[in-house]
Amino acid sequence: MNFQIALLLGQDGITNGAIYALLALSILLVFTVTRILLIPLGEFVTFGALTMAAIQMGKAPALEWLLLALTLIECGLDAYHFRSNLGSKRIQTMVLKVAYAVVMVVLIQMLPLAELPMAFQALLTLALMVPLGPLMYRLFFQPLADAPALVLLIVSIAVHVAMVGVGLLLFGPEGARTEPFSDTAFRLGPVMMKSQTLWVILVSILLIVTLFLTFERTLYGKALRATAVNRTGARLLGISPVFAGKATFGLAAFIGSLSGILIAPITTLYFDSGFIISLKGFVGAIIGGLISYPLAAVGAVAVGLIEAFSMFWASTYKEIIVFTLIIPFLIWRSMTSHHVEDEE
Amino acid sequence: MPSKKPLSALILASAMLSPLAMADIKVGVVTSSTGPIALVGIPQKNTVALLPDSAGGERIKYIPLDDGSDPTATVKAFKKLIDEEHVDAIIGPSGSGNAMGVIQFAAESGTPMLAPVGTAAVVLPMTEQKKWVFKTTQNDDLIAAALVDNMKARGVKTIGMIGTADPYGENWSKVMKGLTEKAGIKIVADEHFQRQDTSITGQSLKVLMANPDAVLIAAPGSSSVMPQTTLKDQGYAGQIYQTHGAALDPFLRLGGKAVEGTILAASLMLVLDEVPESPAKTIATDYVDRYTKIYGTAPATFGGNVYDAGLLLQNAIPTALKSGKPGTAEFRAALRTALEHTTEMPATQGVYNITPADHSGFDERGREMITVKNGGWALLK
Repeated sequence: MNFQIALLLGQDGITNGAIYALLALSILLVFTVTRILLIPLGEFVTFGALTMAAIQMGKAPALEWLLLALTLIECGLDAYHFRSNLGSKRIQTMVLKVAYAVVMVVLIQMLPLAELPMAFQALLTLALMVPLGPLMYRLFFQPLADAPALVLLIVSIAVHVAMVGVGLLLFGPEGARTEPFSDTAFRLGPVMMKSQTLWVILVSILLIVTLFLTFERTLYGKALRATAVNRTGARLLGISPVFAGKATFGLAAFIGSLSGILIAPITTLYFDSGFIISLKGFVGAIIGGLISYPLAAVGAVAVGLIEAFSMFWASTYKEIIVFTLIIPFLIWRSMTSHHVEDEE
Repeated sequence: MPSKKPLSALILASAMLSPLAMADIKVGVVTSSTGPIALVGIPQKNTVALLPDSAGGERIKYIPLDDGSDPTATVKAFKKLIDEEHVDAIIGPSGSGNAMGVIQFAAESGTPMLAPVGTAAVVLPMTEQKKWVFKTTQNDDLIAAALVDNMKARGVKTIGMIGTADPYGENWSKVMKGLTEKAGIKIVADEHFQRQDTSITGQSLKVLMANPDAVLIAAPGSSSVMPQTTLKDQGYAGQIYQTHGAALDPFLRLGGKAVEGTILAASLMLVLDEVPESPAKTIATDYVDRYTKIYGTAPATFGGNVYDAGLLLQNAIPTALKSGKPGTAEFRAALRTALEHTTEMPATQGVYNITPADHSGFDERGREMITVKNGGWALLK
């Protein structure tokens, strides 16, 4: 173990840690606003990465059909739900939603996917992925938004299992990786840094800062924060819980798929890789007590670093070391914080 | 109620008739076409359509089941096939761990089981229960011996190993330890990783620090790529060896330039155009062509393993038919004995010579030394 190796491992740990931090923040955000532990978050990561990979190979990722199908189901449900007072505004929204999904299908089928500039490929991936978040909330969670947290957790697990299966169907069993954003590498002291690592770290920091500003400065951000602090109170002040749920799921889908696009050039991702990745984000969120954003971010980066170093010292026991970490933190958390009963 | 009488008579009649209709030979096929090892299971499931449909004048009926890569589901699938379908033989399952868990059920019911799995542990060491198991893949040590010979010829003195933390990687560590000792090669680093790991920096750094002459990566499927790209990124210049687990086209696609020059030993299916004419080549070419015609892509080697199991059965069934009718315990026992006496049978993976002691039955005709040249597989010369 010398300085150079420590640097390399540290760089690796921080890169992964940055991704875990993003995921920890999404988990925290979704949990505080909706009380749902978003287990399918990892699937947004893999779906994002695998869609990007498919687009780069010039293949239609088949995800556009899933989007269209889910949109149609949503509109069908909405139409049934509001059948007595189907105003022109509701119909307009539905038409817009279906039109969006149809446009995506047409775009994916018509565009010369492989030749597009990389930024456009990433945009296309996000345009496919992000609507899946609100759709998921509308279809699976909104009907039982008032159910106990345990029921929500069970549904969340079910959605995760279903999405892994859908992933296998859409993307096949083989792993995929994408082209790096740029091939350049440069020297930092004795260590070669790949530019992709910098991309990951920079985008993560940028995203965290943007999130912070959104929640501190904008009205919608404040509305979400208010819902997180006190759901009933926020509702009394006219903040729609449906809106809050859809918005957080959309945000989680965005962060998840962006994380996928960011790490896809560094690592091989499979249709079932998502769970472990989001689980590590979850460990970070636990370190933050499922309450504190800065602590969760710091915890997630720590998870990345511990993972990198334990990979070096005891590769066989890496996962055990990372996940055992959660126990002392849970004990410490439950001893220091006074327990607040949720309103259920 | 008199109206029920004709009905019950009909049921009785059909019950008496059904054994005649069931004269077909029934073969269960258990694969993992969903779940973590779907990569292995999907080409195997697809191969079922290509398996021989008759042998010794009897029709063969295949009953495919998916175990979702879950060992518990494998046990359920085996029990269903044995207890409800009364199959005469079972091909499968796809995973090594899944196979270890069902040996006892195959043995207790006296059903021959042809496992297309990687680990030699299903047939070695031979026990009373494993007598019922046949393995249609090359044993790790056969492939490893070829690699070690190549290392010796190249003057490699020290090697580093990166393997998966599962039965596949563990068994390779074990096999290599024995073989390298005899060859005078030293293993200076032996690291493990999980298939889904997003980074292997730590392991490859540790291998780099030991500075071995060559590195062997023992990982199944696409997971064999990342250790190699990481090593190359960190500037490793020595020779990199891979096992037959890497012998898949995604390896080339995912690895790109980083896997150029890799050496591995695998079945001849990868380099069909280059190997000299042989009965095995004819069979493999025929299999690959038919598979490609149906599914649009060439099959992974895993599919060939299942195809071979079908050929082994086709070869053994005529002999077994002399001893009993399909569906009886005598037939299954005779089938097992006939399988055990397979001699010089060419198939897609090489030539089978099964003996009571060796239920895999490959010799050096079951492996080719292969390298990656210009982004494609090529015979190592």
